[in-house]
Formats: sequence, structure tokens, C-alpha cells
Amino acid sequence: MQSGETADSPRSGRVAVAALRGVTKRFPGIVALDAVSLEFHPGEIHVLLGENGAGKSTLVSLLAGMQQPDEGDILIDGAPATIDSPRRSMDLGIGAVFQRVLLVPSLTVIENLMLGGSWLKPLARAAALRRFEELSSLLGTRIDPHAPVSGLSLGEQQQVEITRALWRDEKLLLLDEPTSMLTPQGVADLGRMMQRLKEKGVALILITHKLLEAYDFGDRISVLRLGRFAGDIGPQRLQAMSEAERTDTVIGLMFGTDGAPAAGATAATATTAASATATPAAASDPSREEELAILLGKKLRRANTVDRSKPATLSVHALSTAPDFAETPLHAVNFDLWSGEVLGIAGVDGNGQKHLAEVLAGQRPSWQGRIELAGSDITRGRVPERRQRGVRYVTDDRLGEGTVGTFSVAANLVLKEIGSPPYWRRGISDWELIHESAREQIRRNDIRTPSELTPVGKLSGGNVQKVLLARELDAEANVAILNKPTYGLDLHNQRLALDRIVAAAGRGVALIVISTDLDELLEVSDRIGVMFQGRLAGIVDNDDGALDKIRRLMAGAQA
Amino acid sequence: MTTTPGERGAGPAATLLRVLIPVVLALVAGGLILLALGKDPLGYYGYVLQRSLLRWGGVQETLTRMAPLLLIAAGLIVAFRAGLWNLGGDGQFLLAAVASAALAPALAPWLPRGFNLIVCMLVGSLVGALWSLIPAVLKARYGVNEIITTLMMSFLGTSLANVMIKLVLRDPDTTVPQTRSLPVDDRLPRLFGTTIHGGLLLAVLAVILVHLMMTRTAFGLKLQVLGANRAAAIHAGLRVERLTIGAFALSAGLIGLGGAVEVLGVWGTVRADWNPALGLLVVPLVFLARFNGYAVMGFTLFFSALMVGGESAARRVGVPQHYVLVLVALLLLFLALVEYLDQTRRKLKAA
Repeated sequence: MQSGETADSPRSGRVAVAALRGVTKRFPGIVALDAVSLEFHPGEIHVLLGENGAGKSTLVSLLAGMQQPDEGDILIDGAPATIDSPRRSMDLGIGAVFQRVLLVPSLTVIENLMLGGSWLKPLARAAALRRFEELSSLLGTRIDPHAPVSGLSLGEQQQVEITRALWRDEKLLLLDEPTSMLTPQGVADLGRMMQRLKEKGVALILITHKLLEAYDFGDRISVLRLGRFAGDIGPQRLQAMSEAERTDTVIGLMFGTDGAPAAGATAATATTAASATATPAAASDPSREEELAILLGKKLRRANTVDRSKPATLSVHALSTAPDFAETPLHAVNFDLWSGEVLGIAGVDGNGQKHLAEVLAGQRPSWQGRIELAGSDITRGRVPERRQRGVRYVTDDRLGEGTVGTFSVAANLVLKEIGSPPYWRRGISDWELIHESAREQIRRNDIRTPSELTPVGKLSGGNVQKVLLARELDAEANVAILNKPTYGLDLHNQRLALDRIVAAAGRGVALIVISTDLDELLEVSDRIGVMFQGRLAGIVDNDDGALDKIRRLMAGAQA
Repeated sequence: MTTTPGERGAGPAATLLRVLIPVVLALVAGGLILLALGKDPLGYYGYVLQRSLLRWGGVQETLTRMAPLLLIAAGLIVAFRAGLWNLGGDGQFLLAAVASAALAPALAPWLPRGFNLIVCMLVGSLVGALWSLIPAVLKARYGVNEIITTLMMSFLGTSLANVMIKLVLRDPDTTVPQTRSLPVDDRLPRLFGTTIHGGLLLAVLAVILVHLMMTRTAFGLKLQVLGANRAAAIHAGLRVERLTIGAFALSAGLIGLGGAVEVLGVWGTVRADWNPALGLLVVPLVFLARFNGYAVMGFTLFFSALMVGGESAARRVGVPQHYVLVLVALLLLFLALVEYLDQTRRKLKAA
């Protein structure tokens, strides 16, 4: 490791690639960043930790040129810089990779990389290919520059994003939760890539929710709490500490020195403005132990209490779907699902999970095969009929199809009930009742929204998911399909979503949870099936050996 | 409550201001153009006002002109709210006009007046709706872009209307090709001794009903879901194909009714090559009103007054008749501009 060349103190005389000096950023009602000073050094992986709302994303958006600080300076190579646009940020040698893939799927890799060029100059394909080769060898990646992006795996798409981030200059690379959608193999590849960049003297900023990742990859760990810099652990100190010591220190910084009882209590002494928004979340949170466990990547396992002596609630026989544009169809999928059971569906993204969810929900026709709900055939039933019978679907595309962004929270809560009593009588809307019941739902599910009339598109991702979960995991649910229920959510909301899944199973709902996050599946599932190229490659019981079996299945081996 | 799911709350005063400021700006800019052309802007606006709203005869003419505009607007609101670009209004309007113009005199001797008018209006609506069927099915089944198909069908529709008049429905007693004329006594009844015909009431009623349907019924909400997010409509299990075809039929049916009302109320006949081309004229008005039925009535009144007054004012001042369209275009520009500035101001205030 290179800890020797990087001194513990940020004021060691070497010029930082990028530095924040007393940066403050306010949003209505919140101080997102409060006089934060940080330095990012070449050849160092600088991990930023903090709960959601701690200001990590704001910090990233300042460096990426999407927002400007209200106070304070950003220094690039020691000189104050105004980063007033993403383009300016790129000109300064800052590259950012966000959680969501931001590539044009129908274009090839090299075309995507050339998109940022000048409007007037002709496309310099040869020069672009040279640069691509250069960066490929730097990163150690092997991607065909002429392959369409839609054909790449998520991990490969991320590699393209990293290539694009480094396209102009390899000076500073921002990675915002890059591991959240990767397979274990993908995470290992990413780690190697970061190591290579570090050796080339690139400064890396890594944002993550998982402490173990921070230890594995990070040279320096900085913690933000409620918009303030809470403290950091420099390379030498980090090296010298045991894992337990690191965890104690980080937890202390993240939640306040005494560790308990969560951010709410310490917020009063920390900041005044920001605590107003953070307090309710933390104070009403009984599951901090579990939150910490996830933070550490530990596996909590649900007690297995499914009664399989009764007939299955949902039976799927030889189910196939027709191929669709750029999507993997299903091939002869079979499984049974019992009341109160959680069936996890693992697999690399794009192996038919989307078709499975949609065909079960009724929004995609099946091609062959049969779906039985409590013994009766529902293969031909459409969404309303299946919903009537208790089938629910929480889509991963929350704003794309799960909600209508411009509609109110209230309208979105009844989006799948339009025309049905009691909200509609003879086709006439009872908005009073819809709004009243929405207020009740908002209160019961702790949806943070100014009012039930607020457009749902204005809510944060976690709150949009709460709207979806409230709509789908209602009292009449029998079978629920959840596609990536924690995707893109912060820790607290991940916890809430998983809690709601477990609670639903406890009520006797049969659940299918599709996820690319194995830790999460190992936590909530009774059994885990693996999708591979449109087939259900196998279903394994969630016991001690499950992880190895799942990994083998994910790579294409038969069970 | 009349809340539509997407509307944002703002005081009525602010809303009125957001409309009035662009109107004033458009009139000022239009005036400057007239000045630049060496014409008298105040004279022009004065004539417009005098001709269309200050004289009783002008008022009657303005209100009569509103009837087809309102029905077309009602039809467009249905389609646009459902995210469907029905730009084939001209063809639907004209074919419906010709159908009712041909049918009404033929049935008049056998049917009582009221019954005849109702039948003819229904047939007009039906013809309009049928003319939208091909674009509707293509859109619903195969996702074919309806902007292209409705426009193409519109060209075909206006041509077909002409061919029908010249070849099949021609009144043999006239030299200029036109349909047989409906006697004045058999046309839509006049209101309270004015020259305004009953079609205006029908049109106002249609706009109000469409507005209520869109904001207060399940069908309207389904159409709005379809318009706002088609993927969400599929996800929620709405019958997207049926809704698409239904929205098209309703939209074109209302536009067709507009054609029937114009013929049965005002002209009593359709001449060959007559095409008022109102279908596309109303599109900007519906946008100015942001698909709101009540607002559309205000804009239609404004536009109708400009049309009625603009013709004679243009003659008197010596500018082309189409100068009215310049004003409408300016109004659209300023409305967009004011909207943009308003949003920027809000953002700045929020930050």
C-alpha cells in the first residue's frame, strides 16, 4: 500500500487535487453542507461516509458542477475555481460516476464516449478510439468499443461510465455508491480498477454505505454528519487500527461520540437547522442495530417458519414470454410459492427478472405456461383482475412506470384503483375521500411530503418508494412481487423497505423479492432462486451454504 | 373539489396576471410592428374592438363565431390531455359539415325540425369520429405516430369533402358547386331574438362537460394517466388500446359536432373548396388555456373577437387579414416567456 507517501495531516504541504474551504450549501429549510473543509489528494482513495442527508450527494454535485456553493471556495490544484456547469467540471479534470447509468443504450460504447464533444467539429473517431484504448489499458478493462451499450452488463456499463469520467483528464474521479448494483465479481473488478487508478496518481472519492467496502478500498475515511465534517481517519491511523477499532471510530463519528441513541439525540448539539429534518427519522427508528449490521455487511437471517404442507399460494408452470426489444425473455420457469414465504430472485441484471415480474403482475402477456393463484388459473387475467385477487407488484422503475410524477401523492396512491369503489362511484371521483385516505396513508407510512397534493415527482426516492409500498403492500395483498425494492435508497429507507417486506411475510403474504444485492436477499429470503439467461437456474434454501451455490448459479452452472 | 392531479396551487389573481401580462405584451408588440409598417396601431385595435365587441351586431357575430371554436377546443382538450396529438381536426370538421349539410335538407321534409337537427348533429359527430379511426387504431395497435397520420387523414378528408360536393352531393340548381341549402326555418334556432344560434349553448355545455369529465371522473383520470405517463398506464393495468381509440373518437366526435353546428346554425350549405381551417387555429388556444375548459372559453372569446374585428380593421388600416395570426403567435411567445420567467423567479426565490 502507499500509505507512506501520504501524510496523515491534510496540511502536509502537498497541493491537493481538489479542496473545499468552508463550503456551505443551503436548500429551503436545510443546511445541506455547513462550513465543510476537505482535501482530496492524488493517489488516494478518499471514502466519504455518512447517513443519508449527511451531505455526501450535495458535495458530489458541487464538484460535478451541478450546484454552486453558497459560501466558501472550491480549490482545484490550489487555485479557487468556479464550477458552474458539468462541462466546466470536466474541463477541470473532474469525472463523476453516479448511481444511475447515464448512457444512451442504442448507441455504441465509443459513440457514447464521443457525445460530449464540440457541436461543430467532425467526430474524431480514430482519436477517440486511441483514447479509449489508452484508458482501457489504464483501467484494465476489455470492452468492445463498437458494441451497443444495451448489450453490456451493468458492471460493463459502469466501466464505460468510468472511462467517460476519465475521458478528458484522469485527475479526480468521483464514484457515488458504485457497488450498489454490482455482483460480487463486479465489486472485485471495480476494486482492482480503483487500485490501478490510484497507482497512476488519480485522486478518487468513493461514496458508500457499506463500512467493509470503505475499509477494503479506502486510504482515508471522512465522515459527514448532518452537513458537517464530523472527522476523518487518515491513512496511517487507518492502517494501524483493527477492524473493530475502525468500526467503533466510524460509528462514533457517524452517530455522535456515544454511539447511542442515534443521530436524533446528538443533533441538538450538532446543528440546529439540519436537525429539524433528521430528527424524526432517527428518533422513531427502532432498528438501528440492524442498520449498523447492514452497514457492516452482516447477515441477519429471518427465522424460517413457512408451512409447506398446505397447497402453494402461487404456482408457476413452464412459464415463458415472447422476446421483446433488448430484453431477455423467460424460458420455462417453474416454481411454487407458499403463504408467508419470501422467495428471493438473484442474478445479474438483465437475465429475465423484469419479464418475470411483469408477467406475474399481469402487465406482460405470457407466451406459454400457466400461473395458478390458490389453485385457480390466472394466466389470462390482466392487471386489474389479478390486483382484485391480491396480486401486487412494486416496480423498480418508480418514476418511469410506478408513478405519474406530475400527479399528486394522493392520486398516485389510488393509481391502480381508478374507477373502483369506494373512491369512485359510478365513475365519479370522490376527491375528498381520496385525499382523506391519502392523508391517513401518509401518516401511517411516514411518507415525508408537504401535503397529499404535492406532485409525487418532487419527493425523494425513499418517499416515492414509501408511496409504492403503501399502495402495493396493503391489507388485501396475497402475493407481492418486488423488483429491486431497495435500489437507490439510503440506508434508513432500505431498512424500512426490508422491514415492510418481512412484516408482510409475517401477515401471510407470499413474496417474490428480486434483487441484485445478495446480502439483502440472504437477509429476507426463505429460499433464493437464481435467474440466468431467462431461466430459473435453480432455487436453493437459504442456509449456510447458500451463498456459494448462488454464486455458482449466477455464473451459469446448473444446480 | 376540482383538483386535477397535476395542477399546482396558485391564487386566482396570480393566474389571471400570468395570462393578462402576455396579452398586454402581445398587443404592445403587435402595435410596434404596425408602427414599423407605418400603420396606426391604436386605430387598428380601436376598429377591432369597435367592430367585434362594442357594437351589438359585432357581439352577436363574435359569439356565433365561438360555437365551432369551442367544440373544436373541447375535442382537442380530450385528445391532448390523453397525450394524443389529434391534428386532423380540419378533415374531421369538414367531412362532418358536409355529411350534415347533405343530410339535413334531405331529411327536412320528413322529420320534425328538432329531431332532424339532432339526427344531423349525431351523424356529424359519428362521421368525425370515424375519420379518426384509422389513426387511432394505428396508434393503439402499432404505436404509429398520430401527428403524421391525423395530418394525412386531414388532407384526405378535406379533399374527399370537396369531391363529394362536386360529384355526388351537388345541388343541380346552382352554378357554384355546393350542397343543397337547408331552409333558414329548419336551421338551429336563434337565441332570444338575436342572430346567435343554439349551437353556442351546446358548445359551452360541451366544454363544461369535458372539463368536468377530465377532472372528476374515472374515465378522465385514466385519460390523464395515459397522457402523463403511458408506461404507468400500462403498469396500472389500464386498457391503453381502448382508451386511445375512445379518446380519439370522443375528440374527433366533438370536432365533427363543431362542423355540423356551423353548417346547421350559420351556413345551411357547404360550398366546394370551403375550408375555414379552424382545427389547427384552435390548437394554440387550447395550449394557452393549458387544457383548462374554463380558460379556453376566455381565449376563444378573445380570438373570435380578433377574427371578427380583425377582418374589417385590417381592410381599413390596410394590413393583410392574417395579421390576426401574428397577434396570436406573439401571444403564444409571450405566454411561454412569462411562464419561463415566473419559474426562474420561483427557483431563485427557493434557493
